[in-house]
Amino acid sequence: MTQFTLSRATLASRIAGLVALVVFGGLAAAPWWASSAFLHLAGEFAVYLALATLWNLLAGYTGLVSVGQQAYVGLGGYITFSLALFFGVHPVLAIPLAGLVAALVAVPVAALVFRLSGAYFAIGSWVMAEVFRLIAAQATALGGGSGISLPASVTKALGGKWLREASIFWLALALGAGCLALVYLLLRSRIGLALTAIRDSEVASTSLGIRIGRVKHVLYILVAGLTAMIGALISLQKLRVSPDAAFSVNDWTAFVIFIVVIGGIGTIEGPILGTIVYFLLREFLADFGTLYLLFLGSLAIVVMLAAPKGLWGYAAERFGWSLFPVGYRITFKD
Amino acid sequence: MDLLNTVLQGVLVGGLYALFAAGLSLIFGVMRLVNIAHGDLIVLAAYIAMEVIKLTGLPPLAALVFVVPLMAALGYGLQRAVLNRTLGGDLLPPLLVSFGLSVILQNGLLAAFTADSRKLDAGVLETASVSVGGLSIGLLPALMFATAVAVIAALQFMFYKTALGRAFRATSDDAEIAELMGLDRRRVYAWAMALCLGVVAIAGVFLAIRSNFDPFMGPGRLIFGFEAVIIGGLGNLWGTLAGGVILGVAQGLGAAIDPGWQILAGHVAFLLILAVKPRGLFPRMDG
Repeated sequence: MTQFTLSRATLASRIAGLVALVVFGGLAAAPWWASSAFLHLAGEFAVYLALATLWNLLAGYTGLVSVGQQAYVGLGGYITFSLALFFGVHPVLAIPLAGLVAALVAVPVAALVFRLSGAYFAIGSWVMAEVFRLIAAQATALGGGSGISLPASVTKALGGKWLREASIFWLALALGAGCLALVYLLLRSRIGLALTAIRDSEVASTSLGIRIGRVKHVLYILVAGLTAMIGALISLQKLRVSPDAAFSVNDWTAFVIFIVVIGGIGTIEGPILGTIVYFLLREFLADFGTLYLLFLGSLAIVVMLAAPKGLWGYAAERFGWSLFPVGYRITFKD
Repeated sequence: MDLLNTVLQGVLVGGLYALFAAGLSLIFGVMRLVNIAHGDLIVLAAYIAMEVIKLTGLPPLAALVFVVPLMAALGYGLQRAVLNRTLGGDLLPPLLVSFGLSVILQNGLLAAFTADSRKLDAGVLETASVSVGGLSIGLLPALMFATAVAVIAALQFMFYKTALGRAFRATSDDAEIAELMGLDRRRVYAWAMALCLGVVAIAGVFLAIRSNFDPFMGPGRLIFGFEAVIIGGLGNLWGTLAGGVILGVAQGLGAAIDPGWQILAGHVAFLLILAVKPRGLFPRMDG
């Protein structure tokens, strides 16, 4: 009889886990050893990593390609500012509250946009984001079309300059790492098995008894809430919200889509690699302005046509790499 | 009377939205492709028209003689070189590639023409109007609406009465069987995109005569076209015209209440119809 063992972890994944812990520990101490410019950049990195991870969870696993996630980024920012300005809620406490409120808002929104399927869902979600932006532009109490800054009295609640920068960075780190960990654990769970099945074939997963509609619905609302928490954090990083910036399709959706496509859609590692590539490109090419965006768009198209699973998917297929294993491996003993 | 006038203007603007939407509806019908760069291609057509006018000195509508074939050729090439490679069972590649195209077009236009807003000057056509029973009808909006009706009638005729239309319908129904009958699906798709961008050229020129345009106007036009398609019902070209009209009237009424409400009112009308009749008012096919 053939003997076999069942395992999840590999040497690579154990090393990756260790590296992730060391990096996380090092970054958590960053306010003591790094400059504020570094904290700012690392905070932004965490924001994009989280947004990309969440967008990938929707698009890569359930085929819900949303071009309207900026709706929740902006909503999170606006809720945070409303809570802080009108109800005197501490800005840090406002972050989870923003997530909760946005998740509630996502329930009726999902009921509407889920009536559109496939590519039309993508544009429908975009219309929703536009509706949110136009409503925000009508909110005169929050500065209307030109937006509003967080008054000094509120920012003081976050402490002095060092503590404020440190706590906003810690929040970014917590949200970035938290989203990554959540998606990792989610994909290793029963729901993850369902999601992976849906990713691979909707027809086959239906026949296995997975209620696709419900899984998609729940996931959309969860991602909406988490995206709004990131939006809340972004508003604290910028200390300002305005309709055009907070609901920007380029900043919060286009770049995120490029990150996921270039890194590798439908994998956990893809968005991480994509975010690294995106920031490297930005550091070197941002001076070229519009040419940089032309390049990014072309790169995304080339990757989509030549290696549809992205850089990570290509490498993983070729070399069998897996840093965050969500499946099982069977090893035969003889 | 004011209300009636507002509604009438809305109906006429609806013709422009139907022009935005007709191409979108056509390529979705033939190849289930939703082109996110559709709006940016409309804006591209406006810039090409601007250059043609600079070179030839033709009036804007006459420039269509050059702009339509140029855009159609671009559509044929774009489909054969890029978009055909994305078509298969999977939803993601065409969506993401056309999204990339959209960003490329916007920034390409920005690099070539700066962010300044432009306008095409159609002279007396822009201000001329006729008075009918106390209502003033602008010549340009009326012409726009008539063009939309003519374009949709022509597309309808092409779809149901010509060999090309038969090829479109056959490929739409079942691409594999159509290929067994000797059709080359890649060429059929390329012709559909050529036709789509021909319509886009007309839409772009009217857009550019009617209002200012800049490199970033595309996504807004895509959304209007998309709303008209969904309101009218998938696969129904005359429904698309009705969708454009409903959108135009809703925007007009919104603007009459408060200028800030113009676009929002259109979106709200779209969402209401989506809530009440998710398949649109006159659906012919399933998404």
